[in-house]
Amino acid sequence: MRLEARTAVPLWLTLAAPAGAVLTAFVLCAGLIAWSGAPVLEAYGRLLAGAFGSRFALTETLTRATPLILTGLAAAVAFRAKLWNIGGEGQLYLGALAAVAVGSGVISLPAPLLIPVVMLVAMAAGGLLLLGPAFLKTRLGVDEVVTTLLLNFIVLLFVSMMLEGPMKDPMAMGWPQSAPVVSDAELPRLVPRTRLHLGLVIAVLAAVAVWVIKSRTVFGYEIRSVGSNPRAAAFAGVPVNWVVLRVALLSGGLAGLAGASEVMGRTGYLTLDMSPGYGYGGIVIAMLAQLNPLGCIAAALLVAGVFVGADAMSRAVAVPNYIADVLVAASLLCMLVGMLLVRYRLRWR
Amino acid sequence: MDIFLDILISASLWATVLRIATPLILGTLGELVCERAGVLNLGIEGIMTLGAMVGWMTVYQGGDLWTGVLVAALAGMLAGLLHAALTVPLGLSQHVTGIGVTLLATSLSYYTYRLVLPQATTPPTVTPFQPIGDGSLLGSLPVIGPVLAQQTPLTYFALAAVVVVAWVLHRTPVGLAVRMVGENPAAADAQGLNVTGVRIGAVMAGSALMAVGGAFLTLSAFNAFFFNMINGRGWICIALVVFASWRPGKALLGALLFALFDALQTRLQQVSGAAIPYQIYLMMPYVLSIVALIVMSRRAAYPRALMVPFRKGER
Repeated sequence: MRLEARTAVPLWLTLAAPAGAVLTAFVLCAGLIAWSGAPVLEAYGRLLAGAFGSRFALTETLTRATPLILTGLAAAVAFRAKLWNIGGEGQLYLGALAAVAVGSGVISLPAPLLIPVVMLVAMAAGGLLLLGPAFLKTRLGVDEVVTTLLLNFIVLLFVSMMLEGPMKDPMAMGWPQSAPVVSDAELPRLVPRTRLHLGLVIAVLAAVAVWVIKSRTVFGYEIRSVGSNPRAAAFAGVPVNWVVLRVALLSGGLAGLAGASEVMGRTGYLTLDMSPGYGYGGIVIAMLAQLNPLGCIAAALLVAGVFVGADAMSRAVAVPNYIADVLVAASLLCMLVGMLLVRYRLRWR
Repeated sequence: MDIFLDILISASLWATVLRIATPLILGTLGELVCERAGVLNLGIEGIMTLGAMVGWMTVYQGGDLWTGVLVAALAGMLAGLLHAALTVPLGLSQHVTGIGVTLLATSLSYYTYRLVLPQATTPPTVTPFQPIGDGSLLGSLPVIGPVLAQQTPLTYFALAAVVVVAWVLHRTPVGLAVRMVGENPAAADAQGLNVTGVRIGAVMAGSALMAVGGAFLTLSAFNAFFFNMINGRGWICIALVVFASWRPGKALLGALLFALFDALQTRLQQVSGAAIPYQIYLMMPYVLSIVALIVMSRRAAYPRALMVPFRKGER
């Protein structure tokens, strides 16, 4: 068996890869559902209905997709420059912490000003957090995967310390949660009586902006050249380290924005269980989207659908809802193989 | 200062150090074997979780303790095979594949645990490995006897594993093959070695060690399985491999040093009371790992072919 690079990749193949990967993951996980004793087809039917079957389900899925689009973009931007940012979870929490720090009454501005200010502060927090590992990578050659992973734990403990200490809401009956953001910093609802908020629009705009940066600017060209061959890029005069640091700011900033959007749009305050792994989900989304910023929107919808749908399925046929995490992880591994098949042709002799 | 000295010479501190170090020794050794063969295994966090769950579940379902350890090792090998199959013959990104293996192994463990025990609010327990006791040969030694007596058989397994891995890696043809495919796979191939086979074998063996490290937590340190119980230990092991310069002896030293810091901070926390938030203490292991990476970064002699996929006949 050997692999032969394709000279041209047809568009249908690029689109078929994520679909095929997710489908394969569903087929593989059917065994796990059957093991629990639930009827597989009915279970998957419940999952689909729970994710996209009603107006309420759809808005829930879109709400879930909002932070995932942003963390997906964060991973996609960084991976494009071969900066392996696995710290999306930590950047998200630090962004959320920064958002409640400035958004809960420290500064008072009218809403059209306050919302962008709070979001920029959150982005700065997330971006600066990733700047450390990026700096260690470019200066000392320290592998950024391990440092960003370890920082996730450090940030969570830091947030926990803040929520039990100086930033604890005195009105919260002793629960470790932050004071709520002021009403001027709250993101307005898109659909009344649902949880869907303006964050979705911001996330979609961010995806478009990242797409423009990636494919229409010099910076985007530099990102792509550093990602495909840093040595060649350096010879061509691209300031490789400087590009990596700017990518770090952008990537961490996007993850920080995800945290801000959650506290400003969905929860109103920060708790330690705000994110069920949105940062790690971003990695899956970036790969499913093959690092395409616009593709991240579709991929985030899919992953959000799996999570929301799995909750409905879990209630209906008593399959543990961890099946969603299994489905998403299996999709990631299938997608990696799928991307290989897109780029290469398998020859059996 | 007196308090500090008292803590340092107490047998209970050193007994704690060995207990904290055991999963780190096994995880670091496992990762070291993988990396020596040229494969970064970021599946470690998930593989340790899988080992912890599978080992515990085997015993909970009526198996004896050593059967639990064996089943955990086999589960680890399977997860290692998955990682190796994707990264070695297919040459996929070792970073992303490893994260994928961690996500899959972790979620599979949680799914299985919840499926078997749907309504467990307080985690059910098993009878774990017992300390070898004062009456044993090691326990009756002078000075270090009390420390050794408090350890369970799995800790001795981990210490023996250090010797075995060091011996195999540096004194046997198998070890030479493993190191060769990690340094210069093309040369190994020219010697007639099956690079793909050696790498897959090394990743599977290393993953088995990681899984036993996870099983230590549920079958020896504690007696139940908790969600998030690995809590970043796998990532710390990856930092320890760099700290140890890919040498088994130094890996043992690094794990012990690390465990000493961890044990000391717990003691200091008890002494200092609430003056410093407890989260600061809990952060120390992760901060220390990053510091270790920074300190070693200038001297780190990575295996030359680490993260470089090998395809026969390609330059």
